[in-house]
Amino acid sequence: MNNMSSESKLEETHLDYKPSMTSIVLKRMWQLRMGVFGFVLVLVLGLSAIFASQVATHDPLEQDILARLTPPSFLEGGGSTYFLGTDQLGRDLYSRIIYGARISLTIGLSAVLVSMVIGVLLGLAAGYFGGKIDAVVDFLVNAMLAFPFILLAMTLVIALGASMENIIIALGLSNWPIFARVTRIETMKLREQEFVLAAVSQGLSHVRIILKHILSNLAAPLLVIATVEIARAIIRETFLSFLGLGIQAPTPSWGLMLAEGRDYMLTIWWLSTLPGFAIFLAALGINLVGDALRDLFDPHMRKG
Amino acid sequence: MRNYIIYKLLHALGVAFVISIVSFILLFYTADPASMLLPETADAADIAAFEKDLGLDQPLVVQYGNWLARIVFEGDFGNSWVAKIPASDLIGVALWPTLQLALIAQIIATAVAIPLGVLSAVKRYSIIDNITTFIVLVGQAMPLFWLGIMLMIVFGVFLKWLPTSGSDTWVHLILPSITLASFTLPLNMRLVRSGMLEVLSKDYVRTARAKGVTRSAVLMKHAFRNAAIPLVTVTGMQFGALLGGAVVTETVFSWPGLGRLAVESIQVGDFPVVQGVVLTLSGFTILANLAADIGAAWIDPRIRFN
Repeated sequence: MNNMSSESKLEETHLDYKPSMTSIVLKRMWQLRMGVFGFVLVLVLGLSAIFASQVATHDPLEQDILARLTPPSFLEGGGSTYFLGTDQLGRDLYSRIIYGARISLTIGLSAVLVSMVIGVLLGLAAGYFGGKIDAVVDFLVNAMLAFPFILLAMTLVIALGASMENIIIALGLSNWPIFARVTRIETMKLREQEFVLAAVSQGLSHVRIILKHILSNLAAPLLVIATVEIARAIIRETFLSFLGLGIQAPTPSWGLMLAEGRDYMLTIWWLSTLPGFAIFLAALGINLVGDALRDLFDPHMRKG
Repeated sequence: MRNYIIYKLLHALGVAFVISIVSFILLFYTADPASMLLPETADAADIAAFEKDLGLDQPLVVQYGNWLARIVFEGDFGNSWVAKIPASDLIGVALWPTLQLALIAQIIATAVAIPLGVLSAVKRYSIIDNITTFIVLVGQAMPLFWLGIMLMIVFGVFLKWLPTSGSDTWVHLILPSITLASFTLPLNMRLVRSGMLEVLSKDYVRTARAKGVTRSAVLMKHAFRNAAIPLVTVTGMQFGALLGGAVVTETVFSWPGLGRLAVESIQVGDFPVVQGVVLTLSGFTILANLAADIGAAWIDPRIRFN
């Protein structure tokens, strides 16, 4: 008994530092709480996007020119009509942020779907069949990763024209290598596993083995990566819109709102602060859910 | 080691070749030089003559070959359609500010990531560990350009401590480089922390401690050297992403680098300049990846034989 406890102490402590039991428990609870917090943020984001017309207090495009640049209610001079104030055209900032969630989430989800489909198909082919296919895919992935991502996406948007569909295509086409890389490596590992070798020796068709034995085992890692990539796609969309190469005015996109607010940065700081905070909370929530999913699927990868 | 370097060099050349093809084709189909450069009164004959002049009537492969040969042998990316001077001149002027920004940001990110990452691994579950976790979380969710704007509002507008744009003195570098550093900091910190955690639980670390080697010597010589391998690889691999982040940062702070040049050129349709910037940034990315591969193989001989 004594022996065991001293050994487990050695495993847990590094060098001379001994964390107390309370701090470990606190840390675990904190991690769990962060996962729940992230889930709540994502839920709020999703509900705002779906029920935008019910949640918003105003039409996001309606201009009240007399009330332009009204401060938020919690600041001096803020009225009760516009909770988060109004922008330079007198549009309700709160309602625009709520409708912005719809745009961000649609683009984030669709762009990741596009890159996931391309990446997983190429990665499966490379990892499963190996040889020349693998060499070509690996090479393409490396080449794509050396291409400045944001310039590639910007050029694609210019080539295709700035619209929501084209932003999705541009972001999707520039971000598939990360899915291809993970799928390829995981498939290579699975390919050598006994249950796959058994399936091969039973004479199952390649398609069947890939669908039934490989893809099902890829679901967990892919879901974790996809979650994090959704957050990144949302941030990238806001940057494209910020540069005027994304969603076009007057559609309420968070990035576009930030760009418009930037002109008033010196005096009316909340115009660019609030939409940015919405982007931050959305990305934070999605990342926290991603972390929680990773812990759930793979206890060995647990960070703390 | 020599064979490994030769193999990596050939691989890098191949990647550069693919990138040149992609950027040529992409901009070939995007750009419309006739509508950019000719007056609106130009008729079909003028346009045909103009395109013949630029060599646009030749087969695609020939055009690509000529274009690539001019870049490789003469360093000539063509003339800017807007400024009417060689694109390489514009790129040459903008190159140093971008490299300066990227290198200083990388130094800041590494200088913060290493001590915090090591401390949070050694004193696991301590306050420092929690702060590190917090920085990683916030850093990964923070849009770079928003952080830049927030820093400008707080330090430039409210406190009036630092300039918000321009590039005349080193003071102008502070806000942009902090912004860009926040881009790579979270991943670096996470890598150092998890690398240290893994290494510290290895038998040779325990053996070294048991032999009576001092704590700091074990940390630096046995543990950190091994934990640093992924950091070296990722710092090199990340350099491309860092240059991408520089595009964002430069736009927000009006920093006169390659990123702002590219964004402005894309917005006015000045494609020879865009092509030049894309190739320059990709070239540096490929070089950084190459350096990371060779550096990792130098630190860890096992990689060379794989």
